[in-house]
Amino acid sequence: MAEESILTDEFLRQLIDVGEADVLVGVPTYNNAATVGQVVQTIRAGLLKYFPRERAVIVNADGGSRDQTPELVRGASINDLQHSTDLTALRTLHSISAEYPGGPATGTALRTILASAELLRASACAVVSPESTTIEPEWIERLLRPVYKGNFDFVTPLYRRHKFDGLLMRNLVYPMTRAFYGKQVREPYAAEFSFSGQLASHFLGQEIWTHEVGQAGTEIALTISAITGGFRLAQSFLGAKPHVDARAADLVAAMRQTVGALFWSLEPNFSIWSAKSDSQPIPTLGAAQEVTLEPLRINRKRLFSMFRSGVAELEPVLKSILSSSTLTELQRISALEEDDFLFGDELWARTIYEFAASYHKAVISRDHVVQALAPLYRGRAFTFLVENREASGEQVEQNVEDFCMTCERLKPSLLELWNGRK
Amino acid sequence: MRDIIVHELTQATQELVREFARFLPRLMVMLIVVLVGWVIAYLVKSILRSFLRLIKFDKLSEGAGATQLLNKAALPSSTELVSRFAFWTAWLGFILVGVSALGILGMQEYVTRFFVFLPRLLVALIFLFIGLLAASFFSRAALLWAVNTNMPSPRLLSSAARVLITVFTASAVFEELGLADSTMLLAFAIVMGAVMLGLAIAFGLGGQDLARRFLEARFAPEKKEGQEREDELSPL
Repeated sequence: MAEESILTDEFLRQLIDVGEADVLVGVPTYNNAATVGQVVQTIRAGLLKYFPRERAVIVNADGGSRDQTPELVRGASINDLQHSTDLTALRTLHSISAEYPGGPATGTALRTILASAELLRASACAVVSPESTTIEPEWIERLLRPVYKGNFDFVTPLYRRHKFDGLLMRNLVYPMTRAFYGKQVREPYAAEFSFSGQLASHFLGQEIWTHEVGQAGTEIALTISAITGGFRLAQSFLGAKPHVDARAADLVAAMRQTVGALFWSLEPNFSIWSAKSDSQPIPTLGAAQEVTLEPLRINRKRLFSMFRSGVAELEPVLKSILSSSTLTELQRISALEEDDFLFGDELWARTIYEFAASYHKAVISRDHVVQALAPLYRGRAFTFLVENREASGEQVEQNVEDFCMTCERLKPSLLELWNGRK
Repeated sequence: MRDIIVHELTQATQELVREFARFLPRLMVMLIVVLVGWVIAYLVKSILRSFLRLIKFDKLSEGAGATQLLNKAALPSSTELVSRFAFWTAWLGFILVGVSALGILGMQEYVTRFFVFLPRLLVALIFLFIGLLAASFFSRAALLWAVNTNMPSPRLLSSAARVLITVFTASAVFEELGLADSTMLLAFAIVMGAVMLGLAIAFGLGGQDLARRFLEARFAPEKKEGQEREDELSPL
């Protein structure tokens, strides 16, 4: 069994004390003392308010924090909550916290939570980021209820985002996941999501755990696994996404965890994605994606100059990844003035597909392929910022949709590259 | 007198015939050894080539940048190169064994030397291969890092990484081959010393501002008063 190798004796002891659970909320942590207390209190409030009759447990998988994060999780007492509100638990609300082995890694934390869910025979499980400071008790209901009612196996979130927030998600991760796997999952790399007990067992049996994506970028690998496994998917509107996602502090690291994992998934799932030619929407619970428009001060010039220098400096690397026509086109646009610059949908989609094929063929180190895409993404981000400077929320969404359609239309070119016909 | 000359000539001719008769089997042995050696070397080459294709050695070499180097030098693929090297090494070994069977004076010593040298040659070639791969990999890694962190002169940094690793590899290869040990060591020390001194002077004198900016950005990232703060955008 998978959990035999991942759960420590301490974890097992605490899980055995719990026995069985109906709903489980997992919180993967590592040095999150600043925010975890508030997040766990809100999770507790959500469980007490919306699941008072169910056997509930909060599982904190910690990566060896040195800032007393586990103590804060344990200290987020249920009594404080009950004194300040009229919430009453009809069943014991368990809360366990233990360190997983192998040092901090989101993938190992998620695997620990999955193994705990399987061991406790939980019907519905959710994962919540310890940095989600905008969390409300309703998030727990919106994530767990669709799964607990037995209607869905995997629920991803929808957030209220600023129109310029999540540029990598809007310009690459979402459109490409959708084009590859044929499901319109808006947040395939989500910090919050929920899944059924059956799906937890399915996840644990996947081969991702022996690869790098089993350590970092596991979230997107799990989403893809749920899609390719034919499970029932839905997306549920939660609320405002925290403005800063710590997983994205470094662009290259963020690209490794998302684009790297996405490209990696193409190889084992070739027979599935190569047969998909379009995409289907998945049920949306609550409001659709909401876009906020307040003005932001963004350094567009830096993005543009880093794109321009990237294309020039990385020419020998890009030559081994891109076709000569795509590279020539990139060099042409990089020579344009800022006001005339346009990194259009077709060129960007073609660029990503050629990178995906080069990743598959390992023309150079695969990690270097992913890193080489970062400067080009900056150019695309610059175009997105300029094009949508005055755009309304609907216009931004329409532009993202147009790009998704372009990706789907150009997908056959990836198949040609993949099979070596180009 | 005439009889003596005839006798001596007859004896010399007979001796020559005897020597030739003694040499002929050795020559035949040598030819057989060379022929059998060719067959064995060919088999070694074929088996090795199949094995390398099975483990996708070309892909590995391509990923590490060795294929590009070979292409630039108009050399065949890594698999073909390693297979051919194994063939020639094995066959050369058999040729030398065959030649030693001829019993030519002093030849035995050269054959022994060759077989003693062979492992060192192999190790040196492995050093060279790994060194060139490492130079290519790390120079590209340095280039990507410099570009993605917006460092000035990324290609200079990349070339410096390549030169340093190549020089180090060359010194290791020459040392393994035992060629001019002390000269190579001295040359290596001089080159490394010069490079390091050059970098230190260039960074210390020429790059004072750059060093200050780099250190400030690394260890004191707070914005100066009055400077407009940019909003942080999350790509995810």
